[in-house]
Amino acid sequence: MASNVAVGANARRRVGALIGGFARSRELTLAVVLVALATLVAARAPNFLASTNVVSVTALAAIIAIAAVGEALVIITKNIDLSVESTIGLVAFVVAEVLKQHNLPIPAAWAIGIGLGLALGMANGVVIAIFRVPSIVATLGTLSIYRGLTYWVANGHEINSNDLPAGYTDAASRSILGFRIGDFQFPGVPIFVVLAVFVVIVAALALRYTVPGRQLYAVGSNAEAAATIGIRSQSTVFLAFSLCGMLAGVAGVLWGMEFGQLYASSGTGQSLAIIAAVVVGGVSISGGSGTVIGAAIGALFLGLINNALTVLLLPQEWLQMIYGAVILFAVSTDALIQLRSQRAKARSRIR
Amino acid sequence: MTQDPQTVNRPPDSSPTSTEASIAVGHPRNATNLGRGLVSVVARWEVLLIVILAVVIWEGNQISPFYIDWTNFGFSTGGTMEVAIMALAMTPIIITGDIDLSVESMVGLSGAVLGVLWAGGLPLQFGIPIVLCVGLVGGLFNGMLVTRWGLPALVVTLGTLALYRGLAQVVLGTSYVSNFPKAFTDFGQGYVPGTSVPWTLLAFLTAAAIFCVVIHMTWIGRQVFAIGKNKEAARYSGVRVATLRTALFAVSGMVAAFAGVMLALRTNSVRSDNGSGLTLIVVMIAVLGGVDINGGKGTIPGVILAVFTLAALQSALRLAGVSSEYQNVTIGLLLIFSVITPQLARQFRVLADRVRQGRHRPVRDPIPGEVVR
Repeated sequence: MASNVAVGANARRRVGALIGGFARSRELTLAVVLVALATLVAARAPNFLASTNVVSVTALAAIIAIAAVGEALVIITKNIDLSVESTIGLVAFVVAEVLKQHNLPIPAAWAIGIGLGLALGMANGVVIAIFRVPSIVATLGTLSIYRGLTYWVANGHEINSNDLPAGYTDAASRSILGFRIGDFQFPGVPIFVVLAVFVVIVAALALRYTVPGRQLYAVGSNAEAAATIGIRSQSTVFLAFSLCGMLAGVAGVLWGMEFGQLYASSGTGQSLAIIAAVVVGGVSISGGSGTVIGAAIGALFLGLINNALTVLLLPQEWLQMIYGAVILFAVSTDALIQLRSQRAKARSRIR
Repeated sequence: MTQDPQTVNRPPDSSPTSTEASIAVGHPRNATNLGRGLVSVVARWEVLLIVILAVVIWEGNQISPFYIDWTNFGFSTGGTMEVAIMALAMTPIIITGDIDLSVESMVGLSGAVLGVLWAGGLPLQFGIPIVLCVGLVGGLFNGMLVTRWGLPALVVTLGTLALYRGLAQVVLGTSYVSNFPKAFTDFGQGYVPGTSVPWTLLAFLTAAAIFCVVIHMTWIGRQVFAIGKNKEAARYSGVRVATLRTALFAVSGMVAAFAGVMLALRTNSVRSDNGSGLTLIVVMIAVLGGVDINGGKGTIPGVILAVFTLAALQSALRLAGVSSEYQNVTIGLLLIFSVITPQLARQFRVLADRVRQGRHRPVRDPIPGEVVR
């Protein structure tokens, strides 16, 4: 009898562990919720799956996802970068301004955008890693400094899509791998998505398999231990901020391609969306854990919610509230799962 | 109880020998050493702020003959009082090692609720207490999530930053409310009769006096610093850490709601985006006032000085014809340099000590940019 109970408890525990493990893999849970939500929305609003809608959803989500990958690198080191939205805005505007003034090829625009983003990220890195300013203070400062630079460059003007070369503004609607079989037409994959997937895969592999990638986690989870085994936290954090700036630069170039119309205030408020994507994607704000794949899925998830409101004809005023609720819900479930598993561990230890 | 990394990672500079008031430059390690004692007084952050304030005022006087003028004083301080009063409530929160990013959205939400109640025919003398309760509840919600569920304050208030702004948008939509009764807008815009002191400045000074007494002269304040230095140690010495932290968030929410009322009455209009972007300035004032973003250090007098420094600077820039976008750049630069300066001073002191003592003092490098969460 007693052994029977024990077996039952054992089996229950094993099932519990399986469910717990599933719930703890944030990427998987989020992906399932994402698909479920998409199915639900598609059932209610058929035009959700129209190719123009899919392209517009994924284009914006791809931009946020690329920036979120950079932000994830920073948050993994137990820092935060609040200035990404200003970096995106400044890069987008400067690149467009250069293209408007000079007849440059598109790759040159890319080089300028990425280079500028890298420089802005390195500036953050210098202030934080060398001058030891807490990242939240430093990037709060550069958030307004970079935005001020954008106002200075813009000088009261804005940029229209007619000012820009067609090769630049067309890119958002271009896609590859399209094909047609009989009546079935596959519209292809938008190149923004291809680029985002590429960035995510490279970043994920680098974080998993390269020495600097592992060092980011080491510094974020226990700086003391990292220092003991000879990791220089200063250069690691500097690297994270530089890469974050560079990826924000990529996002900035894409932002210009996507919108065409650029103001000095373009991108305002996106830092919140980007950090929300990272947090919802399961990257711990206390550093040392999380993946860039999670961050990217988080970006897609939030983009989907945004679009769902539109296609379901719900008022846009709800968006901010839902964003806030989703962030709080995501971090709360994390905390509760952690609390549960800690209690379960404590209980099993007593046994 | 979740493990709290900050207690482990605290740099040794915040050893009990450093008084929370002094910046790291002046450790009065040897009381008989008059020179060092003098340095510790002169190198106090507040003294530095007074110097900065004096320089700003002197420069402002060069820019325009109207700068040192009671009318300008009233005008430039009156416009800063919303962020100033929120900075007072933010100070103890940062001292305990938390942060409240949601204050600007609470400004929007309280304004929106006030506007809807007023438009619905409820007199303001009933509307304002209701709005303050909304702020209290919002702050309590922040505090409960942070302390009961052990979530990082940064994420929680980032979430409620979006949530409360969203609620404001739902409550008010894209419309706006104005035409508040004159008796009330006089509080937001007017001056104490016969003087150039805005009513809002009077409100701020009253609040500042209360905060100063509570933080620096009562057991509550001692407990706030104790939490900021070491949460675990504070808990074991009988401080009700969770309750006190929750209370601080509740106070911050209510003060933000009051700031929302002040803003609504000063501008005589309410929109759902009222107050957006103010969190930056509130945190900036606290940091400029010498409050350590990693917790454990800070003074209310420092924050009050920072408020007047900011008001003086903004007024000087305005008279010099600098537009508001560039004013933000100046604020951002000031923010970064206000942190770099004591950091450099601290590194210099460590270097000087090493040279003097001729041996290596074991100093752990904190993670660059490390923020207590």
